Amino acid sequence: MTQSEMPRLNVERSMTPRDRSGNEAVIVAQDVHKWYDNGFHVLKGVSMNVYKGEVVVVMGPSGSGKSTFIRTFNALEPYQEGSIAIDGIPIAHDLKDIEAVRREVGMVFQQFNLFPHLTVLKNVTLAPLWVRRWPQGKAEEIAMRLLERVGIAEQAQKFPGQLSGGQQQRVAIARSLAMQPKVMLFDEPTSALDPEMVREVLDVMRNLANDGMTMVCVTHEVGFAKEVADRVVLMDGGVLVEENTPDAFFNNPKEERSQAFLSQIL
Amino acid sequence: MTNLDVSPNRTPTPTPPPKSPIERGAPRVSKLGPVAWGQKNLFNSWFNSILTVVLLLLIGNFVIGTLLWVFSEAQWAVVTDNFGQFMSGLYPPEAYWRIWSMLGIIFLMAGLTWGLLARHQKKLLNQPVLIGLGAIALFAVVLPLTQPHVLNLIVCLGLLVGMALAGQVIGRKIPMAAQLISLGWFLSYFAVLYLLNGGEVRASFLYLVSRVVLSLLVGWQLSQRVSIPALPPWLTKIGLFAAGVVITYLILWYLPYTIPGLDFGIDNVRTSKWGGLTLTLLLAVSGIVLCFPLGILLALGRRSKLPVLRGFSVAYIELIRGVPLISILFMGQVLIPLFLPEGTRPDRIVRAVIGLTMFSAAYLAENIRAGLQAIPQGQTEAAQSLGLNKTLTTLLIVLPQAIKIAIPAIVGQFISLFQDTTLLSIVGLLEMLKMTRNLLVGASYSGDYVEAFLFIALIYWIFCYAMSYGSQRIEAALNTDLR
Amino acid sequence: MVQKTAKPLPRFKALLRDERFWQVALQIIVFIAVVATFYYLYGNLKAKGQAEFDLGFLQNTAGFPMSDNILGYQPTNSYAKIMQAGVINSFRVVIVGIILATIVGITAGVASFSTNWLLQKISRVYVGLMRNVPLLLQLIFWYTAVFRATPNADNQIVFPDEALSWVVISNKGIRLPGPSFPNELWVGIILLVLALLLGGLLWRSANMFRLGRFGAGIGGWLSRGVNVAIIVAVVITDYFLLFSNSAEDRLYFTGAVPAFVGSPQGLWVLALMGLAAGLVYVWKLRTQAMLTRGEDGNLLLGMMGAIALATAAIIIFAFGWKTPVIVPNGAEGGLPITMEYAAVVTGLTFYTGAFIAEIVRAGIQSVSRGQWEAARSLGLSNSKAMQLVVFPQSLQVIIPPLNSEFANLAKNSSLAIAVGYQDLYSVAYTSLNQSGRAIEVIAVMMGTYLLINLLISINMNQLNAVFQVKGR
Repeated sequence: MTQSEMPRLNVERSMTPRDRSGNEAVIVAQDVHKWYDNGFHVLKGVSMNVYKGEVVVVMGPSGSGKSTFIRTFNALEPYQEGSIAIDGIPIAHDLKDIEAVRREVGMVFQQFNLFPHLTVLKNVTLAPLWVRRWPQGKAEEIAMRLLERVGIAEQAQKFPGQLSGGQQQRVAIARSLAMQPKVMLFDEPTSALDPEMVREVLDVMRNLANDGMTMVCVTHEVGFAKEVADRVVLMDGGVLVEENTPDAFFNNPKEERSQAFLSQIL
Repeated sequence: MTNLDVSPNRTPTPTPPPKSPIERGAPRVSKLGPVAWGQKNLFNSWFNSILTVVLLLLIGNFVIGTLLWVFSEAQWAVVTDNFGQFMSGLYPPEAYWRIWSMLGIIFLMAGLTWGLLARHQKKLLNQPVLIGLGAIALFAVVLPLTQPHVLNLIVCLGLLVGMALAGQVIGRKIPMAAQLISLGWFLSYFAVLYLLNGGEVRASFLYLVSRVVLSLLVGWQLSQRVSIPALPPWLTKIGLFAAGVVITYLILWYLPYTIPGLDFGIDNVRTSKWGGLTLTLLLAVSGIVLCFPLGILLALGRRSKLPVLRGFSVAYIELIRGVPLISILFMGQVLIPLFLPEGTRPDRIVRAVIGLTMFSAAYLAENIRAGLQAIPQGQTEAAQSLGLNKTLTTLLIVLPQAIKIAIPAIVGQFISLFQDTTLLSIVGLLEMLKMTRNLLVGASYSGDYVEAFLFIALIYWIFCYAMSYGSQRIEAALNTDLR
Repeated sequence: MVQKTAKPLPRFKALLRDERFWQVALQIIVFIAVVATFYYLYGNLKAKGQAEFDLGFLQNTAGFPMSDNILGYQPTNSYAKIMQAGVINSFRVVIVGIILATIVGITAGVASFSTNWLLQKISRVYVGLMRNVPLLLQLIFWYTAVFRATPNADNQIVFPDEALSWVVISNKGIRLPGPSFPNELWVGIILLVLALLLGGLLWRSANMFRLGRFGAGIGGWLSRGVNVAIIVAVVITDYFLLFSNSAEDRLYFTGAVPAFVGSPQGLWVLALMGLAAGLVYVWKLRTQAMLTRGEDGNLLLGMMGAIALATAAIIIFAFGWKTPVIVPNGAEGGLPITMEYAAVVTGLTFYTGAFIAEIVRAGIQSVSRGQWEAARSLGLSNSKAMQLVVFPQSLQVIIPPLNSEFANLAKNSSLAIAVGYQDLYSVAYTSLNQSGRAIEVIAVMMGTYLLINLLISINMNQLNAVFQVKGR
């Protein structure tokens, strides 16, 4: 279908761009602007495509808008200008579209945000039961498999308050995976963890990447970025400053702001 | 103990070698003998000594005088003669078996709940519990007040313990039991209401509620288990559910009227005869239970970003909280008949419950709002990022946590509500205080007001103190739970 | 994967899926539902002929007596006057009740930290008893079992003895030594308190304009309008409260200023208020001096002492104290206190005092041990540590709950009807029965209670702001 044959829609459901290997873009963000209520311009025309199977690491100083940016991908933060589409579904004001997007996007938070009044197993099965409407048997089976995958199956009947930080974060990852999302977002997943627990969570994330999951991670873990990321993106002051492979970025940063940032963290 | 003096001119004194365990001796827990204790706590300064002496004189006088009066001069006949009225107002004595049945149902359900909640405890009847039960039984036997009713009280206690043990067994075998217990309490409320009111069973509220519950159950089971391949699944589910509900309900509704002989029931006792502690408890429980739906809506409305919803919620809450309860109850008694269509004259008790409900809803809304505010933003974000819509997020994630946090405040509110039922004596309802004042009007007991008031003060005190003690225990249990 | 329906959505369906639509639609639905309900209820009211809202009945003769009133109300006066008398009566109970309850509460709260075990336990027993017995029961108990059970006039209790009859108690009432204030002066004091409370409302609205604390958009302009209306209303009301000179026209009392200026005792009361303000100011200066310059503040302490002495002197000598005089059938003179008033004030004081004691206890406990230890380890004595470090911090925890306790006391004063004291609620109740104007009377009564609640809450909030330690 050529450009001119595409039907005129009142909402834009355009063809998804593809990268060089023919992978489709799972996230298409174009020229996104966002202002806070107090008028602060936090995102200043950021554009980014994330292709299937890619692992993108977003870095930047605090206040650069990187968390805000990835939170627009599952409609947790509204944006005022530009366009964002997940798997072809646009994020605007359409309620059904937003629900569809949230089904396909999983998110892992810095503060874990497990539901304290439910057991670990119930935390993981809650969304599949109520959102995907799976029968209980199927939901529990998939949940147990995921808990095994993140190495925490024996804690299934415990409550989040009884687990360590690293264990809780792994449960959070399993919880998001239970919905079988197309892309996983990680918002500084290890920043609230004690150092000895960071490794276990990063291991899980690495395995996830190796299994082919599309991931966007906001993190300060340079080692992880070098090992696992396909692309590293630097944001500063609401603008996407530089975008490159990890090798090129860490060894040969092009922009001055990148160099300044790297000199602080390396 | 090392010497921390770091000044350069002093040679540090050598630390003595640690003593062997036997030499050091076991730590001594000092138990002060009575004299030493008195010196430490009562006479530890000249001001305190004088104060202690003065206080002892005053208190001693007061306490001894009161005790003497209680046991010799006081005319307790007003209490012993009218015990029935204190407990259940003007309820006809021949129908007292219904009051006892109500008590039995409550003890039964309480025992069952206790057993279910404690199903993981190895030994339910451990020492403190046995001592407590024994003490209560002893009191019941010894006090002249309760002696005529000892048998009934022992049966009730037996029900409590028996059902508790049964509850433990049931709880271990059937996991769903813990959810069903709420349904049990729900039905018990209407069962108690029926016992109080009487009338034909087929026309009673209890039967109505049972019909609704059964119909819903039948409809639900039908929609789950039966499938019609010809129709799309969602149509089958809804259709079967609706069909099940409607047909069951209609059958249950009409059947008792078509088959002869199903008009059994017990005598109707008019609400004007309900009174005493029974009415007090009924009013308090009804108020706190019925105010939940409205209170939750108001709490959510007040936190909403939509101005109309927030405006209405704030207006309601601030209006109700800004005026005295007595004026709301009075408004209820006077204005409700005026605002309803000609001909409907709701019962005084119904009007009182409406007033209490409207009042409690405003306070409950504030308590739940405090709970809502204590939930971190991340919880809603996590729920939304999993795909749960606003309704599901509120129902499954936010509200359960908020209510759990608010439970101590809610129990406190219930205690206040229990005390506030006394205000209904001003608008003419026969709860315990008004019953007492009525009794004191008669010539035979007019001088015994101190005895009567002390008696009901004791009853109120026992209930309120027990509830606040229970609230502290619940708070402690929840704190360890949420950790 | 690139599924997604290439069909354009019909406009209606798209609308139903738009969250902005639902945000507006939900509000419209709720609004209509609420308005429809009110309209339905109003319709029922109208069908019964009760729907006119006409405050004209306030000018009709009330026709029922009021035993305990300082406005000089007679049954031939109008409903308006008896309503005002009811409000004044409520204020008499609320003001005295708040002062006494706070004293009792602070005493009991501090006593729970006493080093004397007996005192500690008594305080805990007091709180545990009072909080778990209904207030109405306590009020009725005080009235019937204590105050009405006093001996009759022939055997009245006189303290200290027949010659110096300072306090006379019989079941007709209590008589205490009282300043020879004319009735207008008593009313004037109450009106002054009311005017000051309203002034708090004025202050807050004025502050909102001064600091520009209004939101954006329609809400902001609405807020501005409301605050302007408040300022205007308060100024007019305060004018009447303070300066009204008419005894009959609209307000049945002399305003505060004429009352104060019109009698010698009134002028002394004015002087007393000036001294009290001065005392607070000097105390503030002293605390500042001690905190910022580390002075002992002894000179200022001396000044405070002098002011206190002057206050005491004025109170003792200038008020014209009169003690009750024994007469054949009882006593006369002095400050008469009816049994009903005594019962209401005592009951409210001890009940609310128990709650305030809990608040004070929690407040003092909330200041962590670390603060005490830090202060002591800096070398501050126990009393200085209490004064400069612990007390100011505990105040900020104590004042917010005090707000709701005072409001509760004001609302609980309506229980006075149960012992026969004619406060606002009691008067409203009787007026409603006599005149049959249910809606109007209820509206006036609820409106007054709402106003009292608002006054207490806004002024306590201002007090709270003064004592708050600024956070991030």
